[in-house]
Amino acid sequence: MGVVGSKLGNLGVVTTTLETAVNWGRTGAMWPLLFGLACCAIEMMSTQASNYDLSRFGMELNRASPRQSDLMIVAGRVTRKMAPVVRQLYDQMASPRYVISMGDCASCGGVYNNYAIVQGVDEIIPVDVYVAGCPPRPEQLIHGIITLHEKVKGERFADWLTEEA
Amino acid sequence: MSMMTRPTDDATSWEGQVEELRGLVSDRALTGETILLNMGPHHPSTHGVLRVLLELDGEEIVTCLPDVGYLHTGIEKNIESKTYEKGVTLTDRIDYLAPMSNNTAFSMAIEKLAGLEVPERAQVIRVICLELTRLNSHLVWLGTHALDLGAMSVFLYAFREREVILDMFEMLSGQRMMTSYIRPGGLWRDIVPEFLPALENFLSYFPRKVDDYEGLLTNNPIFIDRTQGIGVVEPEDALAWGMSGPCLRGSGVNWDIRKAMPYMGYEQYDFDVPLGEHGDVYDRYMVRMEEMRQSVRIIQQAIKKLEKAPGGFRADNRKFVPPPRAELGRSMEAVIHHFKLWTEGFSLPDEEVYVGIESPRGEIGCYLHGTGGNKPRRVRFKTPSFMHISSLGLVSQGHMIADLVAIIGSVDIVLGDSDR
Repeated sequence: MGVVGSKLGNLGVVTTTLETAVNWGRTGAMWPLLFGLACCAIEMMSTQASNYDLSRFGMELNRASPRQSDLMIVAGRVTRKMAPVVRQLYDQMASPRYVISMGDCASCGGVYNNYAIVQGVDEIIPVDVYVAGCPPRPEQLIHGIITLHEKVKGERFADWLTEEA
Repeated sequence: MSMMTRPTDDATSWEGQVEELRGLVSDRALTGETILLNMGPHHPSTHGVLRVLLELDGEEIVTCLPDVGYLHTGIEKNIESKTYEKGVTLTDRIDYLAPMSNNTAFSMAIEKLAGLEVPERAQVIRVICLELTRLNSHLVWLGTHALDLGAMSVFLYAFREREVILDMFEMLSGQRMMTSYIRPGGLWRDIVPEFLPALENFLSYFPRKVDDYEGLLTNNPIFIDRTQGIGVVEPEDALAWGMSGPCLRGSGVNWDIRKAMPYMGYEQYDFDVPLGEHGDVYDRYMVRMEEMRQSVRIIQQAIKKLEKAPGGFRADNRKFVPPPRAELGRSMEAVIHHFKLWTEGFSLPDEEVYVGIESPRGEIGCYLHGTGGNKPRRVRFKTPSFMHISSLGLVSQGHMIADLVAIIGSVDIVLGDSDR
């Protein structure tokens, strides 16, 4: 028996598809971009802090650089002045990249149907999961993250190829 | 993300024109002797979406030009198209770390314009909420400020205690952050039975937690090196730049609106106003830590007052305050009042008022101009963060770029508060 055999015991051989293995790996350590806009960013911080402990999902490590992050949580209202910055940050993220629109303002403009606010961040970047609430509770954000994980687990090779590089 | 720009003839290196900066930065920047560095609006330590343009001589800040407006939401304009009662929900989202303070400023302006008396019980509950808001806001400040200076554990501890406060807010209002609990004429509803036991339990151990935070920072040599003598604001400068709250008191100016122009019966409470001596980052830290202890004192006195405080949780004037639910089944008049208030709202005279209160960050003031109808002509909030951001240039001059992080943390800015 070799080293692997002694560790696995009688488990034998595990077979899986490359898709499943890669997708599993992607959900396990999804690093969010350290990026807060408004009120929702405070709830995002609560989600990462002691009580809700986002590191349970391998997501405790917020990266300040978009180059090093996989997930952008748009937490808060996106103003017209901020919109080009949000787009630039998204463009700087390396593929595969995901976006969660956290809160009503980011999802649809929320209560601010006015001159200053972009009526939903999906007008400027593609969004994978929308989380409702003003602001959403940490549990709601975690639910959104798990929903995103489920989505990632279902990705196919064909999607990787068609996704813009 | 930080983008370095060097003034060259190559116009593609920067979307703006360097000439536009003449007069704002020193002439050395135009010759390329000093460099211009863009910090923000996406930067981990600008607490939101503040952008500052820095002129640097090596690592030393020559000029610091703050650029606000990345979170301009048009809240003041939006309130103009809403009835007064609906405006309260929007005020929550101005300074999103202190929603209750904004509610109170807006409600007090309406009450002043309408001549509405708030019952004493409602005032006492408001004081409890305002001081809990102060604790809530200071805990976020403490956590993020320490995090910026490299002390991660304080952040986790501070947010642990903050969750307890948010749970209490949820008991009162059903919402963790955007409570809209304080309404014109009083409160949305009376406190729930489980609120006071939870509050007393929290107060019984919270002062010890403040000692714990201080144990991690106050005598920590790294923290002291990064904060003492950094970002010194002289008292005259602080006043001249319109600073208020802990930033002003950190410079030793004894100005607290709770003492100077008491509202909500603050004159009946016994508490101290902590003052700093040097006006540096460390003193502003010490002032806020002591303020947390004083807030606990105020809340403890308020709990005692609450037993004897007369009146309901909101005023009885049916022209401004909806009738209790129970009356709707019995009284036709109550139904009419209820219907009028929730469809048309109440009207305020064509006059103007200004009300300023002490929010956790400083003086938040509400200027309100009625029209005689059910919507305001103009609402304006005078917010402390805007004043503090505008003073950043003065405070950070001559410091290293790493000190700017400490300074931004210590003036405790909230961009929603500044940009509205």
